[in-house]
Amino acid sequence: MTDRLTELREEIYKILPEVDGVIALKKGPSAIVAPYLFVKEAADDLQKLAVWPKEPVPDTLKIIQRAHPEARLAIVVRGCEERGLVEMSKHSQVDLDKVTLIGLACTAEEADICRCTKPAPTHAKIVIGERVEGTVDRLTDDFTAKSLEEKLAFWKQEYSHCIKCYGCRNICPQCFCNVCTLEDEKWVETGRLPLPQPSMYHLIRSMHMTAKCVACRECEETCPAGIPLSIQFRLIARDVKQMYGYETGENLDQQPPQLLVLEEGEYERTGLPH
Amino acid sequence: MINYHNVLTTCPYCGTGCALHLQVLDDQLVGVLPAKEHVIAQGGLCIKGWNAHAFVNHKDRLKTPLIKKNGIFMEATWDEALDLIASRLAAIKAESGPDSVAVLSSAKCTNEENYLLQKFTRAVIGTNNVDHCARL
Repeated sequence: MTDRLTELREEIYKILPEVDGVIALKKGPSAIVAPYLFVKEAADDLQKLAVWPKEPVPDTLKIIQRAHPEARLAIVVRGCEERGLVEMSKHSQVDLDKVTLIGLACTAEEADICRCTKPAPTHAKIVIGERVEGTVDRLTDDFTAKSLEEKLAFWKQEYSHCIKCYGCRNICPQCFCNVCTLEDEKWVETGRLPLPQPSMYHLIRSMHMTAKCVACRECEETCPAGIPLSIQFRLIARDVKQMYGYETGENLDQQPPQLLVLEEGEYERTGLPH
Repeated sequence: MINYHNVLTTCPYCGTGCALHLQVLDDQLVGVLPAKEHVIAQGGLCIKGWNAHAFVNHKDRLKTPLIKKNGIFMEATWDEALDLIASRLAAIKAESGPDSVAVLSSAKCTNEENYLLQKFTRAVIGTNNVDHCARL
């Protein structure tokens, strides 16, 4: 059996002559991995192709497409990254018509690291690697089992570690507003640490991620304070699904609830599940 | 041909030594990405590191030395600036002694540059008044 990296490299070699570039990961100095645009003029770079650790590649696509809206591109995507692109396309941040998706199935070990319930792409016509079952997100389950008081104490404790680096916002491919509320003095006071409780920074961000966050965990991975941010986002995604029947990142045709003009009877409010 | 790549470098803002990636699109610096596998940064950055690209092409960035003449900062050449610094430091040392001068170094410099500056302070100026911006 060919390994996943070799198989992916062969697939990119195949597609490279047909496109202006393929977004994937490349090993740099000290074998440190970063997103890269592979082009046919420098196909040998593919010797340095990498698959792990995952990077916020949907954002890379956005950056390149903004400068080159006509470019024909391909991108290697995991399940979460593909879901991210689905949401970004609905919010006009990427143009998927000009993009070929090369799917990459996560290994069981990778799914385990991410506590991922859906570790494979579903839209990409080609998927490299064997699809594995999603894992149980024990951290979120443990949180859900807590009482309301315990939940409050949990987040107060976690948010008290925040150093306000804005890394969770900066790395998030779904955070694309030109004017960011988190930079508004009215809500988030410059230079104030520790954050006042309740933390408006984190509460505003959770609300703004509603029906957008696809649980890629980039925010959690970049957090210098180790705050398990994906717990809150996964529970919000669960609520959005229960309240509006909207599965974040799944279906290209389904309009996200916040983009619709709500008409009476269009949605039946089922109430909060907790 | 479209060119997008990341350049691995060290954050210039303090002495911790976090690595970060500078995102380059068509020879233009467009942003910062953390380096997940770097032994010090481990994929995290502080707010300064996240903005480490911002000053590079900033319109307010100083590109030449400025010398204050009649209360107004005027652009000058490096030769003019260094001549002025040397003559003023020599004059102050002659008038008030070497301990009337203090030198403040920077975490943005390399180890070697910092070594050089303390050597200059002690051997040329003749004072132990040397400190560093990282003593926060």
